[in-house]
Amino acid sequence: MTMPYYVSPEQVMKDRAEYAQKGIARGRALVGTTYDNGILIVAENPSRSLRKIAEIYDRIAFAGVGRYNEFDQLRVAGIRHADTKGFSFSRRDVEARSLANLYAQYLGQVFTHEMKPLEVEILVAELGITAQGDQMFHIAYEGTITDENEYAVLGGDTEGVRDRMSGAYRRDWTLEDALRACVSALSGPERTLAASELEIAMLARSNGQRAFKRMDRSDIDSALKSRKVGRARSGTVKASS
Amino acid sequence: MALPIFSPVNDPGPDFAALLRGIRPSSSNGGDDVGTAGLDAGAITRGLTDPVIPAAGGFPVYPSLDPARSFDEHMRHGTTVLALRYPDGVVVAGDRRATEGHLVAYRTMDKVLRVDDYSAVAIAGTAGPAIEMVRLFSTQLEHYEKVEGVTLSIEGKANQLSQMVRDHLAMAMRGMVVVPLFAGYDTLSGSGQIYTFDVTGGHYIEDEYAAEGSGSRFAKSVLKAGWRADITKAEALDLAIEAIVDAADEDIATGAPDTLRGIYPTVATVTQSGYQAVGDDEIASRVSALYDKLRSRSEYRAGRSSR
Repeated sequence: MTMPYYVSPEQVMKDRAEYAQKGIARGRALVGTTYDNGILIVAENPSRSLRKIAEIYDRIAFAGVGRYNEFDQLRVAGIRHADTKGFSFSRRDVEARSLANLYAQYLGQVFTHEMKPLEVEILVAELGITAQGDQMFHIAYEGTITDENEYAVLGGDTEGVRDRMSGAYRRDWTLEDALRACVSALSGPERTLAASELEIAMLARSNGQRAFKRMDRSDIDSALKSRKVGRARSGTVKASS
Repeated sequence: MALPIFSPVNDPGPDFAALLRGIRPSSSNGGDDVGTAGLDAGAITRGLTDPVIPAAGGFPVYPSLDPARSFDEHMRHGTTVLALRYPDGVVVAGDRRATEGHLVAYRTMDKVLRVDDYSAVAIAGTAGPAIEMVRLFSTQLEHYEKVEGVTLSIEGKANQLSQMVRDHLAMAMRGMVVVPLFAGYDTLSGSGQIYTFDVTGGHYIEDEYAAEGSGSRFAKSVLKAGWRADITKAEALDLAIEAIVDAADEDIATGAPDTLRGIYPTVATVTQSGYQAVGDDEIASRVSALYDKLRSRSEYRAGRSSR
């Protein structure tokens, strides 16, 4: 006669966490940071169409790392939540905090009740009317939610990226400085990232009602080139949809 | 509100109206549900008891409404809207008056509404459901764009609006007719496009110009006389304003430019550079130039005879 094995709850949670962390660590990292005119999100992503960063609503952006199909489902759910809320109430009533809480609840629920946890980490960013109002919520695979004011690093083995970001970050830095710092934080000292390996988007206060804009390859390219030339201050980084 | 996550077999995809139906099933509304949650005919007409049709014929009477007012007088109506093509895109215009029966209900209504970067809807008919329809339509276009990562083609947008008009048929049969006019810039072919609709949801491409609402036949005759394929933007704006002025001259439900209060028709262009509303100052000066021109015409002279 076979006896069912007893596994302690601690062990179950540990195994699930390890499983999720391993899955997330297989993917590449992503950095989000506030700058003087909004919030910048930079991801290492060689794909032109499978995106990690997306628009949720007028002033809300989403970014995810880990398993694409899982965070993309969360992205679409976020858009649905925001659009339904904006349609039922008003566009001004859609905010990131409640969405971040919903994500956290959902991830927590899946982590404890389902066979397999979601192998994702997500970022929900909201652009404030002023820089003081900018918010970033970092939500981990098990539903832990962290409110980040300066920068957020998502991904598996991100100790190095985190260290480089904490060294480089300055409050109210310009888009160019922030962009260069994020890219070199992601690449590290040993390698350089080309425009074709990057996905960059921002929520900018100057963009009008729908604040989310993606940078296209040529804009990223010119922003990175100005880094190689040195600390050239001339030329602004243009954003295009 | 729960996080709207669906299993792959029930997923509404990029369809916002289907999403609303999935989130708040409207089957509990009783028999006369038209389907689109945003435009729930059941909810509006359930408040009404059945109409009494007078034995001698004539309009049905709704006993649950104020008997001193006709059914029409309980609803606001928009009146004249129009659109015309010009080489760079389209001009869309509308008067500002909403009526309840024979009364002016609202003087500053905007019947030309931006729905996304490259399209506008102008509405005529029952104002309440028309505004709601445009809100749903505009949310749908944005929703699709965000979920799919690309914008709908102009044909796709017109088809979407068609479905919404068709979903509204039950209410149209009760007298609450909504007839939108859809005008946009097709970024693929690089030209302006105009679509008209009928209450059954049929949509029709208009090659030159179109007008809807109670003053539309007068507006159309002005457009017919003045439209050319190579009409300039300035001429197109003047023609649109003249069409509205002429409609207001003949149709009491259409509001003429109100120089006393400074209320002018809404005019917008949709071109390669997107939707752009024409400023009130520009419209005011075009209206005043038009009035100078009209003063010299005999049909605008009082009594028409030289006394």
